[in-house]
Amino acid sequence: MRPPCDPSKFIAEAVKSIPPSGIRRFFDLVSGLEDIISLGVGEPDFITPWHIREMCIHSLEKGQTSYTSNYGLPELRDELTRTYYRRYGLDYDPASEILITTGVSEALDIAIRAVVNPGDEVIVVQPSYVAYVPSVILAGGKPVIVSTHRNDDFSLTAEALKPAITSKTKAIVLNFPNNPTGAIMQQEGMEDIADLVVENDLFVISDEVYECLTYEGTHVPFSSLEGMKDRTVMLNGFSKAYAMTGLRLGFAMGAPDIIHSMMMIHQYSMLCAPTTAQVGAIEALRNGKGEMERMVREYDRRRHFIVKGFNRIGLECCNPKGAFYAFPYIGCTGLSSSDFAERLLNEKKIVTIPGDVFGEAGEGFLRCAYAASLDDIRKAIERMGDFVDGLKQ
Amino acid sequence: MDEMIRHILEILENDARASPEEIATLIGTSAQEVSQTIAKLEETGVIRHYKTIVDWDLVGENYVYAVIELKVTLERNQGYQAIAERIYKFPEVRSVRLLSGDYDISLTVRGKSMKDVAFFVAEKIATLDQVQSTSTHFVLKTYKEDGVILHEPETIQRLPVSF
Repeated sequence: MRPPCDPSKFIAEAVKSIPPSGIRRFFDLVSGLEDIISLGVGEPDFITPWHIREMCIHSLEKGQTSYTSNYGLPELRDELTRTYYRRYGLDYDPASEILITTGVSEALDIAIRAVVNPGDEVIVVQPSYVAYVPSVILAGGKPVIVSTHRNDDFSLTAEALKPAITSKTKAIVLNFPNNPTGAIMQQEGMEDIADLVVENDLFVISDEVYECLTYEGTHVPFSSLEGMKDRTVMLNGFSKAYAMTGLRLGFAMGAPDIIHSMMMIHQYSMLCAPTTAQVGAIEALRNGKGEMERMVREYDRRRHFIVKGFNRIGLECCNPKGAFYAFPYIGCTGLSSSDFAERLLNEKKIVTIPGDVFGEAGEGFLRCAYAASLDDIRKAIERMGDFVDGLKQ
Repeated sequence: MDEMIRHILEILENDARASPEEIATLIGTSAQEVSQTIAKLEETGVIRHYKTIVDWDLVGENYVYAVIELKVTLERNQGYQAIAERIYKFPEVRSVRLLSGDYDISLTVRGKSMKDVAFFVAEKIATLDQVQSTSTHFVLKTYKEDGVILHEPETIQRLPVSF
């Protein structure tokens, strides 16, 4: 008889060392509860615009179900080149400087794997999207955390970055507009960071998936700064701007060597992004501007509504200038982020995400997505107001 | 168009009940400014009317609607405006549109019964001097009215928690 086996001993050390996701616990807490109002969802509450879905259906009817080039459909890459030239004057060669990926998540993973060697340090600015630290760890790198703070509207400065840079630092992961804080970057501050990047010969992985959801000021891609195009890989996608989350389509733009290296990993893992989604993305870029602007206007209104609501009920909330998250401060209640979110869920049936999920710098905050109907936001604020009042008594 | 005016119009087109206070919160301005802008938009005729879209079927009120296509002959010195004005004054007529193509004018007419609508068309519309011919299409079911879906709306199924 063969001896029993413990499969856990086969699991790689890198996987074991990934920090557990704080959101996972909330998945479990929420499951089974009914009549909840969720501000915990990081995706648009709009359905993919019909003309985009229609093109996807049409492509299926035509039988477009084969693989595409590893780099993605040439028409989509051409369209991206035109779009970014028109928006920012950026000039990416569709043949060698653009890679279509399965969502920004894949683009992030392969961008980090393409540049990080074991032992390299990668700076991650927090609070930030939950995947950055694990992606660095899985690539054998060492994440080095730089925190941003509410007193500075969670903006990143070169001064804050400087002390984190060592001889082992290879890259910086930037994310603006930011998930979860909604912070954006101003051009002056970005120029200082660009100087620092050059001085220390660093590479930048810039996740700009919320680019189109910038309400105040204008989005400036990091790669558009002088001398930054070849030092930056811009990660972007269709999920947020065009409400295409489930279609899983992203892209990376950068220097040919970087894009080629990312493609080498991509071709052995994903092979290519889903064809149907790529056809939808072409339609989104060609004819989706009106629908996208309509959704952005709607988010903008909800942003005003939710921020004012939080401040009214005594939860101080910075004005998020991008993305679709409000990040109110709940430290004044004396509860930790997790305790607040858990009690709010159990006592008032409101789902929010505790800020510490996005790094230690997020402790004392809650992420509340305003990609929810105005009625739900209104009810959520009312119930949260009752909850906060109850805490004072 | 002024961005604030566009915001106000979109909100009101979507929900005519939105109060100036609520609109002000949504667009980040004062309720007074919103009230003043709305008053100006009403005065200048940009905002024509506030109305409610009712699904009468649900309360058992079975109105009959018909789309009537008209071919008309224009009288000397008179354009389509004159015949349109003649027609839109009938309370049974819910909409009047000038069309390109095989027909000149399209009407939507509402009555209590098919007989009602048929009599109205035969006696009031077909007998007008300018009307050459009519073609009546009874509405069997309305799925969408003025941008509002009148049956199961399209819903989105989302996880309650995600990144």
